Formats: sequence, C-alpha cells, structure tokens
Amino acid sequence: MAELLVWPALIAYGEAAFAYAGVMRGADRLGRLGIWGVRIGWLAQTGLLVAQALSSDGFAWRTWAGALNFLAWLVVSGYLVWGCRPRYRLVGLAVMPVAVGLLALAWAGGGTGVSESDPGGWILAAHAVLILAAFASFTIGAGAALLYLLEERRLKRRDAGLLRLRLPSLEALDRMAARITLVGLALLSLVVVAGLTQLDRGDVDATMTVTVVVLALYGLVLVVRREVGLRGRRFALGLLLGFTLVAIVLPITHFAS
Amino acid sequence: MKLALAGVSHHQAPLALRERVAIDLHAAASLARRLASADGDGCEAVVLSTCNRTELYLARPADDGLTDRADRALLELAGADAASLAPVAYRLTDESAALHLFRVAAGLDSMIPGEGEILGQVRDAFTAGAPGPLLDRTFRMALHAGRRARVETAIGESPSSVPAAAAALAEQVFEGLADRKVVLVGAGRTSELTARNLLSRGAVVSVVANRSVERAERLASTLGARGVPLDQLPDAVAEADVVVSSTSAPGLVLTHAELSAALRGRRGRPLLFVDLAVPRDIDPALAELDGCFVYDIDDLEAVVASSLAGRRSEAVEAERIVSAEAERFASWRASLVVVPVITSLRARAEVIRSAELARVESRLENLSEGERAAVEALTTQIVNKLLHLPTVRLKEAAVTAHGLHYADVVRDLFGLGEEDE
Repeated sequence: MAELLVWPALIAYGEAAFAYAGVMRGADRLGRLGIWGVRIGWLAQTGLLVAQALSSDGFAWRTWAGALNFLAWLVVSGYLVWGCRPRYRLVGLAVMPVAVGLLALAWAGGGTGVSESDPGGWILAAHAVLILAAFASFTIGAGAALLYLLEERRLKRRDAGLLRLRLPSLEALDRMAARITLVGLALLSLVVVAGLTQLDRGDVDATMTVTVVVLALYGLVLVVRREVGLRGRRFALGLLLGFTLVAIVLPITHFAS
Repeated sequence: MKLALAGVSHHQAPLALRERVAIDLHAAASLARRLASADGDGCEAVVLSTCNRTELYLARPADDGLTDRADRALLELAGADAASLAPVAYRLTDESAALHLFRVAAGLDSMIPGEGEILGQVRDAFTAGAPGPLLDRTFRMALHAGRRARVETAIGESPSSVPAAAAALAEQVFEGLADRKVVLVGAGRTSELTARNLLSRGAVVSVVANRSVERAERLASTLGARGVPLDQLPDAVAEADVVVSSTSAPGLVLTHAELSAALRGRRGRPLLFVDLAVPRDIDPALAELDGCFVYDIDDLEAVVASSLAGRRSEAVEAERIVSAEAERFASWRASLVVVPVITSLRARAEVIRSAELARVESRLENLSEGERAAVEALTTQIVNKLLHLPTVRLKEAAVTAHGLHYADVVRDLFGLGEEDE
C-alpha cells in the first residue's frame, strides 16, 4: 500500500511545477499553491521513503530507479530550505520540473516500490547518500543559475512586469548558486576520496572517470570565481555546463559500465 | 453610541476646494478638542486632514443632529466657499463611516492604491484628536485593518513613482543597497529625488558630475559626495553600482565607445544605468556589455504603470480584509446594546451574594481567615458559573436581530432596574 504514496507526491510536485509556471504568466496567487504542493508532495514522498527504508534489510535505494527516487527527495528537501521564503519561492520554477521528471523516471524504473532489497554494507549506503546529496546540490545550484539567467534576461529586456513578479536579486541568486554548489562539491569530494581508498588498481570505470571530471569542472568554476572574480552570467553558464554533464553523461556512462 | 463623518476628498472635490479646508495637525487637534467640548454632551472628535482629504469624525451617545454638527463644522472650515463645498462633501454614519475610515487607513481610498503615508496620517490624527470609547475603538481597528492590508497583501510593495521604481530596480540587481555607490550625472531636481530614494535604502552617493562643477559641488555637499566635471565620469562610473543621469545635454553624455574600456575591469559586476533625461544621456548600447543594465524614462514609466496595475489587483484582496474588519467592528458595536444589561445582571448577582453572606455572618464567626476566603471564593465562583452562559448568549444575540429582545427579556426576568424604582 505504501508504494501508492508515489502518486500524491507526483501529483503534488506536478501541481507545484504548473503553479510556478502560472506565476510566471502573471497569476501571482498561484505561488502559495505551488509551495503547498511542494510541502504536501514532500511529506508523501518522505512517507514513501520511510516505508521503503523500514521494509528493506539494507540500503533501500541501490537500483538506479531507487536512487532517482531518493535524489528527487533530496532536491525537493534542499529547495524547501529556501523555497519557504516568498522571494525565493520561484527557484521552484527551475527545480520542481526536475523533481517531477526524476520521480516519474524512478516510478517507471520500479524505484518507488516497497519490497525487500539485497542487503548492502553501510559503506555503500553512505557512498550512495553522499553522492546523491551532491547531485541534489548541483541540481538546486543549476536551478538558481537558470533563474539568474532568466532574471538577467528580464532586466536586459527591460521587462515592465519586473517588479510585479519579483525574483531574488541577481546577486542573491549568484551567491545562492555558488554556496549550494560548494556544498555539492564538498560532498562529491568526500565520495571520491572515500572511493579512492577502497579502489583496487585497474578498477577505474567510465562512471568514476566522469565523476572525477565533474568534480574537477565544478572545482575549476569555483576556483576561478574566487581567484578571478568569475560572477554573474558566465558563472551561471559554467554551473549549467557542469549540471548538463551530470544529467546527461553520468547516466550514459552508468548504464554503459 | 452614534458615529458620524463629514468630509471631502480628491474623488469629488478639486484641489482648489480641498486646499480651503486643509489644516495642519496642530489645527486639526484644536478643532477636534473644540468640537468635543462644545456642548459638554460627551462628544468625541477626530479630524483627519491630508492633501487628498479633510474628514471630521464625531461620536456621541445620542444621535440628535450629530451628522449636521459634523457637516456644519466642515463647512465652517471652508468659509466663503461653503456653498461650493456642500455638494461635493460626503456624510456617512455608523458602520458606513467606519468602513470608509478602514478603507482610508488601508490606502484603498487614496489616489495611488496602497500608498504608504496615509496610515501614519490616520495614526497622527487619532493621537492628536479627542477620541472617547467609540472613536478610540474605531480608529484602533482602522489602524489594525490598514496594517493587515499592507502585511497580508502586496498592495504597498510596488513603486508608484519613477524615483521609487529606479530604487526598486536597483534592489532587483543588488542584494540590498547598503553602501552601494551611486553616481549622479546632472545636478537637477530629478537626479536629486532619485538619489534621495536610493539613499533612504542605504546606498551612498559617491560622485555628482555636472557640466558646471559649482552646481555639482553644491548638490554633492548636501549628499555627502564629491562634485566632479563631466570629463571625469568614466573613472567614477567604473567604480559605481548605480548611475543616475538627468542632464539637459542635447546628446549622449555616456557612450558605449567611451565606457567599454573603463568597464572591462569590472568582470561582469552588475551596473545599473538609470537615464531620466530627455533627450537621453546614456547610450542604450551600453546594455550590451556584460552586467550592464540600462533603463530610460519610458522603461521606468512602464514599470510604474505595471506596478500600479499590480496594486489594483492586490486591492481586491485588501478590500476583503477591510470588509472582514468592518464586520468585526459592527459586531463589537452591536454588542454595546447588551453591555449595560450584562453589567446590571452581574451587579445584581453580586449584591445578592454579598447580602446572603452578610445574613449568615453570625454563623460564620468561628471560621478562620482561610476558611472565610474559601467561602468567598466558592460563592463568587458559583455566581460566575451561573452567569457565564447567559452572558455569552447575550453577546451572541447582540450581533443578530434578536439583541434588543434578549436584553429586554433578561431585564424583565431578573427585574433589573426595578430595585432603583
């Protein structure tokens, strides 16, 4: 029965994504509906994850579909930290469609069912949780970067409705994207360091290589930001490039290996 | 208790008439005191006078001629223009007068919906006036309604003027304006107004540039900045966060060719150009530079127009809040009908309780202080518990059509008032 919780979560997240799109079209009142959709969906998905965890002997989200389910939850959790503040609510415009997509994929791949799974060690569980948390951070960071580009475009085009639909300021979005990405980078670094200590010679596969490349790319973007003052549009584009690598290349290498 | 209002506002009365009856806060306070003490009949008075309205609020236990009295006082203010004022003045009573005041406090009756000053003006008028029980409650509820409308809706958030729009746009670019550097180009009134709006949000004016350096220095000294000639502008702009320009120059003052080299070192750090001049001072091509945003007077006016449209849509929600508060006021006012009955009932019960205790005084002589206190508390509690439900029911009935009927029944059942006869 608990697996049915995926539906309220999916519907509520979907409602939130539509509500935020409606806000962009001038229906200001939908913003509140959006955040309630996120909250209700998050509660339903949390219930589902708890049920999955209780019924499992080990780490309940070992499969790729299960991992996507958990990733969607982390993304929404991270968003809720900021999204409760009205000014930041519209970060959900970029984040919620991603969450819906992840959860829908997880459902299609059977990652939202409640059944006993093979027990795995705690190292595997910690590894998976850390890497998923890192990817969730990159997803939210990319959402903030995308919103930065959107807000910058509105400012450049001198959109008359700019003050009716107030997004966070450019500087706030820039800083938010940088901070979240830094958190993601720290988590990913932990994963990579922990992985290297467990690695036997010759075990390096494409997924690991791409993970290290992602780490290097994000690290480079943040170092250039700190040392050279890379900010604004270029920084946002750098984060989106990194996220594209995560979102497209990593799944391909994962399934290929 | 009756409430009456007589007033004129921008809706009906032209400025020439409004200025005849406009008075400052001091005069409003004197008038309110004079009206309150005129007949020694417990009259209450508050006079609200702003650039858009002059309104006299009077309240008194009896209705006899209260509205006429407010009306006469208003016409007296107009003096020789009383005849022209009479047709455009409005007179409201009781709940309608309260609802009007609530709408005024919420900014719903203002020229620009939700404008911020009116709430403070209502508060000042209330403080300076001569309110009694009814006006005190009415104005407090009006101030509460005004605050709710501003907190629970976005009616007061959007800018309603070009300088305010420029400042709000700067806040869309920067995370707060504290210590942001503003460069003013031109030392005219428009630049100054915009600068003052930015200053009020924490920004600092670093440079005032003008063709005449003396004028630049004169304005700069009042803003805590330094005045420079126009040829030093590129260096000043390279360090700035916001540039506000409003000169009467016939051509562009800040061009892409001139500034692109100076701005290269900013590495995309945001820079907002606000061009208030006609013809324009700032090259629109500057918007092509990374991090540069250029707004001219048309853009700002479009932003203001859009914001005002937003305010009007928020006004619908604010009207709902004001109506709810007006209903609360009506309920409270209706409850006043039963208050004397409840007071009499409780006084009667207390008399009986005290008399019965006095009657058995001789039998309680042997009780200790503690035991006496317990008996006092017990009897008081019994009386309170017995009267609690009838009190609640009476208050509930007061806001319905049965209020007076209930009050009469209680008076009759308990013989209230008979002992006086």
